[in-house]
Amino acid sequence: MSLYDIIFYLFALLVLVSAFITVTSKNIVHSAFSLMFTLFGVAGIYVLLGADFLGVVQLLVYVGGILILMIFGVMMTNEITNVDIKTGTTQVVPAIIGVGLFAGALTSMMLRTGWNSQPSENMDTTTYAIGKLLLTEYVLIFELLGMLLLVALIGAASVARKEKE
Amino acid sequence: MQVELTHFLVVSTLLFSMGVFAIVTRKNAILVLMGIELMLNAANINFVAFSKFGGFGLSGQVIALFVIILAAAEAAIALAIVLNIYKTFSNVNVDEINNLKE
Repeated sequence: MSLYDIIFYLFALLVLVSAFITVTSKNIVHSAFSLMFTLFGVAGIYVLLGADFLGVVQLLVYVGGILILMIFGVMMTNEITNVDIKTGTTQVVPAIIGVGLFAGALTSMMLRTGWNSQPSENMDTTTYAIGKLLLTEYVLIFELLGMLLLVALIGAASVARKEKE
Repeated sequence: MQVELTHFLVVSTLLFSMGVFAIVTRKNAILVLMGIELMLNAANINFVAFSKFGGFGLSGQVIALFVIILAAAEAAIALAIVLNIYKTFSNVNVDEINNLKE
């Protein structure tokens, strides 16, 4: 077992355990914090797959942006003054059965399929190539996503704003 | 055991299933959003894994980048809606919110 494999198993364990805590914890703040570890682990998996730029973007956008937004959401929609920030669950048993069947079927499908997998040769850094792709082949999607982000942020601001009496 | 494509796919499958579990069982709307983020991350792991092992060049990584941008936009909009729901109903439990108007 090489060092690469050991690091992969560590990151996979980190992702799965913290994701499990995220979906089962009764306390929303604990869920948010373990979501942070899940996102860190996913960034590590990206780096193991040779996507260094994507790993950094994951850290910046998810951990630095989306997670903070989530924690703000938790703080603004629960009475912080009473200490326990609990949340309920519903339909747990049918969900375990359904999700277990789904996960089992999908995992066995992944394991049985003979993937024609050839690891591509390792590139030094992906940033240069990704930047080139973004401004040549994917330039239309890139510009449209810029517009979408602008529209989404203005929309979010106008939806969340207090209405004037 | 040599780590190859299947290992990454199994990790992303389990992550996706946990996201589905969170969406189905949690009452709090913010935890449902966290489940959606888990599912998007699982999809992204698949994109990046196939980008390395499938021989498609860097396209998978670019698409994963677009998914991250969409996730940011989605989180901003969804949290704005959740805040509005909290202002109207004083809670964010998705099983109790069943009115379109006050």
